[in-house]
Amino acid sequence: MVKVIIYPTNSLILSDLVERFGHKPIAMMEKIKEKISTVSVDSPPLNITPEEPKMGLKYAAVEVPAGVRGRMAIVGPMIEEAQAGIIVNDSPMAFGCMGCARTNELTKYLIRQREMPILEVDYPREGNDEEAKGFVYKIAEFLKSLPGDEEEDKA
Amino acid sequence: MSQGQNDTLTKIVVISSDSVLPIDAAMRIYQSDTNIVIKETCFGTMVTGPRDAVNRVVREVVDLDRNHIFVKERGFLPGDERRCRSSRGGGPRPGFHYLRHEVQMLPTIGKALDAYDRKAPLKEIGSKKKLDVDKLEDMIKSEL
Repeated sequence: MVKVIIYPTNSLILSDLVERFGHKPIAMMEKIKEKISTVSVDSPPLNITPEEPKMGLKYAAVEVPAGVRGRMAIVGPMIEEAQAGIIVNDSPMAFGCMGCARTNELTKYLIRQREMPILEVDYPREGNDEEAKGFVYKIAEFLKSLPGDEEEDKA
Repeated sequence: MSQGQNDTLTKIVVISSDSVLPIDAAMRIYQSDTNIVIKETCFGTMVTGPRDAVNRVVREVVDLDRNHIFVKERGFLPGDERRCRSSRGGGPRPGFHYLRHEVQMLPTIGKALDAYDRKAPLKEIGSKKKLDVDKLEDMIKSEL
């Protein structure tokens, strides 16, 4: 089982496909759960502390808006934890409350900088069956090419 | 972090099936003899409870129509005041727009998964190309 970071980081389709083909998705939801379920809430409601933007300094310079650094404080460790990555380009819905455009660019850049297997695909257009097939086939073949439990045990 | 909270898991089960309705999934979960809480929603259900129980029940629900039921983890518990619309004065909750965007894609993704299971060959998909300059010039001249 390989830890696969997905971009967009909260995607239902990608998270499901990664799990369906026997790997562990590294997704935003899990990290947010850690943030909100920690008992000692420092700064309700989301438990984001002044430490987060400082952690974000590892990934973005000090003059970069605090929002980018704050988001990178969550996304950065996810990228470091990952052993493989799937990036879906042309995902306009990733721009919004889940992340600003600059955070998204930086996230994709940092994933591409990692020396690990990476797949880049485009979202299928709505109702286009052939594009959806291409999307699913590419992701499925990529995930099957990653080492599973048995291969890891042999190594 | 307390152990109890750490072991609690919430999963969103999105149903995009012609043969399974959200109520079928909910009934299957109600029938399971486990200590879990479910919330029925317009797109499926949210299941909360101990990690093992949730994973087991969700697997049972997904097995109803494997390629057309999709699952992801959720950070917030169902009804959490920080996300629930009832305490936020209405309107879609944060994250709903993206979920809805993906839910609209699920029928085609489900069909693609069916095709992948059948090992149906993939047709060549024509990629979008930029308009040729000569062609553009011809079009402009033809207008004249």
